Amino acid sequence: MNHEYLLSVDGVTVSFDGFKAVDNLSLYVDKDEIRAIIGPNGAGKTTLLDIISGKTRPTSGSVSFKGAELTKLREHEVVRKGIGRKFQTPSVYESLTVFENLEMSYPKGRNAFGAWAFKRSKAVIEKVEEIAELIYLKDRIEDMAGVLSHGQKQWLEIGMLLIQNPDLMMLDEPVAGMSVGEREKTAELLKLLVEGRAVIVVEHDMEFVKRIADKVTVLHQGKWLAEGSMATVQQDPKVIEVYIGH
Amino acid sequence: MSKNETASLPARALKELMQGDRVYLLLLAVLILIVFPATLSVFRLALVGKYLTYSFVALGLVLCWGYGGILSLGQGVFFGLGGYCMAMFLKLEASDPKSTSIQSTPGIPDFMDWNQLTELPAYWIPFKSLAFTLIAIPLVPGLLALIIGLAMFKRRVGGVYFAIITQAVAAILSILIIGQQGYTGGVNGITDLKTLLGWDIREDSAKLVLYYVNAGLLFGVVLIGRHLLASKLGRLLMAMRDREDRVRFSGYDVAQLKTFVFVAAAMISSIGGAMFTLQVGFMSPSFVGIEPSIEMVIAAAVGGRGSLLGAVYGALIVNFGKTFFSERFPELWLFLIGSLFIAVVMVFPNGLAGLDWAALKRRTLSVVQKLLPKRGHESSASEPAPTPAAPNGGRS
Repeated sequence: MNHEYLLSVDGVTVSFDGFKAVDNLSLYVDKDEIRAIIGPNGAGKTTLLDIISGKTRPTSGSVSFKGAELTKLREHEVVRKGIGRKFQTPSVYESLTVFENLEMSYPKGRNAFGAWAFKRSKAVIEKVEEIAELIYLKDRIEDMAGVLSHGQKQWLEIGMLLIQNPDLMMLDEPVAGMSVGEREKTAELLKLLVEGRAVIVVEHDMEFVKRIADKVTVLHQGKWLAEGSMATVQQDPKVIEVYIGH
Repeated sequence: MSKNETASLPARALKELMQGDRVYLLLLAVLILIVFPATLSVFRLALVGKYLTYSFVALGLVLCWGYGGILSLGQGVFFGLGGYCMAMFLKLEASDPKSTSIQSTPGIPDFMDWNQLTELPAYWIPFKSLAFTLIAIPLVPGLLALIIGLAMFKRRVGGVYFAIITQAVAAILSILIIGQQGYTGGVNGITDLKTLLGWDIREDSAKLVLYYVNAGLLFGVVLIGRHLLASKLGRLLMAMRDREDRVRFSGYDVAQLKTFVFVAAAMISSIGGAMFTLQVGFMSPSFVGIEPSIEMVIAAAVGGRGSLLGAVYGALIVNFGKTFFSERFPELWLFLIGSLFIAVVMVFPNGLAGLDWAALKRRTLSVVQKLLPKRGHESSASEPAPTPAAPNGGRS
């Protein structure tokens, strides 16, 4: 067992005033893997993403990524290590165009003076157009992000992560509010972009999870409950009990 | 053909001018550089010059509040510090041993002598140098803003809490200045400023020169501000205002960006303060505290906090209103500015700049075009913009 994982979460606990939102949780994610994290409301899924992305400091435990410890870093430093995160509700800059949204996420000119001096070079334009094509928004590139549909905003946000070329993408409910057709396209997109990196998806839509996930981790009340392929997990009596419940 | 082209030249120039908001900048320049000096008495022009010094503060607020979303109710601090730095230099020049020979300690500012000081305090000494003073004017307020910014923004203090803290800083500084009379001139401030390197700043000709220096600096700041806002940094500030977390999780250090824009606003305000001292001839704590700070916020809001030019107009209008009403109905002014602020917030949140100027511009343009010399058919057909003035939103 000397294998080094891309992301290792080791025995992480977060307590808010005694309440343990995440309790002694361990999780290992490898390259080229789509990992789904499921669980009922309050299972600690979003808190887990908060811990990895540096938004919440764990009370104990460690998170290491490409061999480096993350728990002491601030959010932007975690991002610069190569971790991108999409929020639960689509979070795009509504008063900017699709192009500008992507450009804003382009990983150059990240301090104040750098941003002031930032030039829209050919490389930037090409990269933005490439990503826009990938996220099905090529013909909307000059439109304001605010007029996009809910699903398109989700794609745009995924694109904003993608342009930074992260090694790990964390997507919190990427298909919420999407039509059936849009879900299909999102699944295709995730399959495509996982190449060379890892993706963690927090999702309630089981059909979608079944389609995309290589491996599923089930959380319940902050604790690790089960892990494996979707089919195994669905058979697990503990999981069935939690979902169908009391 | 060539005849047609020359005939259409004014129309073309007009069109070029109407691109974007260049025309508004030109109008403001004409107003400040030509109309005011040509029509106002030196006394009134000096008043306008004074109002324009507040515009610097309003410009800073457009950057930090309008774009960055950081409301500071303590910008008077930075205006005041800039002004005090200038005043210290001028006061030292006015306190040469000869003209202060009746004091018990000649050669130090008069208020120090009245307060039984017998020696110039150490931190006053460098202000004997104009070069040092000119550097200190933006640097002292900039450093203070840097300290406040780092302390607050790293800890994620924002919104109304930040506003209250800046207000507290304004209160503290004005109390400090009033309390330390022997070192600061107390509540009267630093008065009786006379010359700048021997040049009498109280004369009419000097006032005119200072007015133009002030206006030049103002337009310099406006142009730098436009450049900043047109860059990615400008969009980043807006993005930070609307979606702070998204910006943070795109790998930007939000605290650093906020500190940057807050320091920039402070340094811009300090130029206004220094020009105030030069033009009005004194500096006092009444320009440092809470009240002037809030007045400056109102000026920015009235002009339009999202517009640099709006800020200049806002400062002119609010301060003209203040002078006008204070001369005639002094007791009404505070009620009036209060209602003005409420009206701006409730009725036109984008201030004057938020009104439909584009429609006015179009209408004016069509009238002017009718008045221009008639052109041939073909030239009007081959009209499309002679310059590649970036119709795709400035992408290059």
